[in-house]
Amino acid sequence: MSITKPSLTVLAWGAAALTTLAAVMIFALAPEDADQGFSQKIFYVHVPIALTAYACFGLGAWKAYRLLATRGERYDLESYTGVHLGTIFGVLTLVTGAIWAKASWGVWWTWSSNQLVLFLVLFLFYCAYFMLRFSVEPGARRERISAVYALFGVALIPVSFFAIRLANDFIHPTVFTREGPQMTGEMFAAFCVSWASITLLAYVMYRVELAGKRIDANLRDLREALQP
Amino acid sequence: MTAYLADVAALARKDLKLELRARDTLPAMLLFVLSTLVVFHFALPADAGEDAAYGLLWVALVFTALLGLARAWVAEREAGALDGLVLAPSDRSAIWLGKSLATLAFLVAAELVALPAFVVFFAPLDASALVGVVLASIGICAVGSLVSAMAAAARGREVLLPLLFLPLAIPLVVGGVGASISPDPGTYLVFLGLYDAVFAILSWAAFEYVVTE
Repeated sequence: MSITKPSLTVLAWGAAALTTLAAVMIFALAPEDADQGFSQKIFYVHVPIALTAYACFGLGAWKAYRLLATRGERYDLESYTGVHLGTIFGVLTLVTGAIWAKASWGVWWTWSSNQLVLFLVLFLFYCAYFMLRFSVEPGARRERISAVYALFGVALIPVSFFAIRLANDFIHPTVFTREGPQMTGEMFAAFCVSWASITLLAYVMYRVELAGKRIDANLRDLREALQP
Repeated sequence: MTAYLADVAALARKDLKLELRARDTLPAMLLFVLSTLVVFHFALPADAGEDAAYGLLWVALVFTALLGLARAWVAEREAGALDGLVLAPSDRSAIWLGKSLATLAFLVAAELVALPAFVVFFAPLDASALVGVVLASIGICAVGSLVSAMAAAARGREVLLPLLFLPLAIPLVVGGVGASISPDPGTYLVFLGLYDAVFAILSWAAFEYVVTE
């Protein structure tokens, strides 16, 4: 690990502290939503998780692009880790979104929530990414095929989002909006801290997973080298 | 440029000639799409209405295309011809374009049977629905040829291909169904055109990375 990056332990403790601060701000500082009451608190978790999932997919695609552009082998694991974390946060988005939908609309799932449907499509897409990755022989070819598919993912995000909005026009003529009262200063502060804490948490997870995967790969190389 | 187009034409012609001699893709697609339409008749309740039938038409088209795509690279794989094509002194993206055009020809041939059958069995199709079918077919073949080349490199490729392809095809289904049933189909046709442009350019640019060792 290079010296310029802050050590993983410091970052992990920072993420833990920031998450605690976010929890305190969400429950103690931010006022209760006039319209939705206590259940609106999940907004402070759900939206940052969704944004972090997008960031992770974006990171995975960026590393995939770097892999294709420079043929740098190290980007393969970085891209994979980004997509992996994005999928984990995507599943969390689906779960928290379903809980919120149940709390405020009384149903676990609603096709009229564009964000939820988009995450379902992305979940299917990125699960196929893992299937693809694990059924191609490891090597340069697999790295490149995975990278191309990860790049397709970032093109699919806006296209799907647009498609889902279009589909709502003919599947659900009446779209109910999630319009609440304007966010107060405290609410916005709690949201920002929560977002920062989850982004930092994702980064720590990224570093930990990447370090683990690198050790794994090095170990495999060593074992192959030592085989008589 | 002309050399590039000549390569593409030669590759597409090779696929069509193979199909004319062996006939192992197109008859299957035709039979499949017809039997799917018959199954849909029994799957739909009697009062389901025409809109449901239009939705199912798109399911039938996508799955028929999948059937063709699953066989798209079989000949290249089995005889190891893909290595030869990659080594040939032409741009690799020509391989993708030739394959997309050949697959498109098969799909259009299947649709020439499926759409009249749909009109006879279920409901009429207007001009915007037909334009939607053409635009969606282009998108299906552009993305599908690339994705099936990816799947061809993997174990269990027949299982993998639908998993890779269907999430990418969802926007096409949205555009196609919208073009068939919406009172304002223009938006959906523009959307389909955009999808085709974005994903055709991406596939064209990315194909080289998928086939080179």
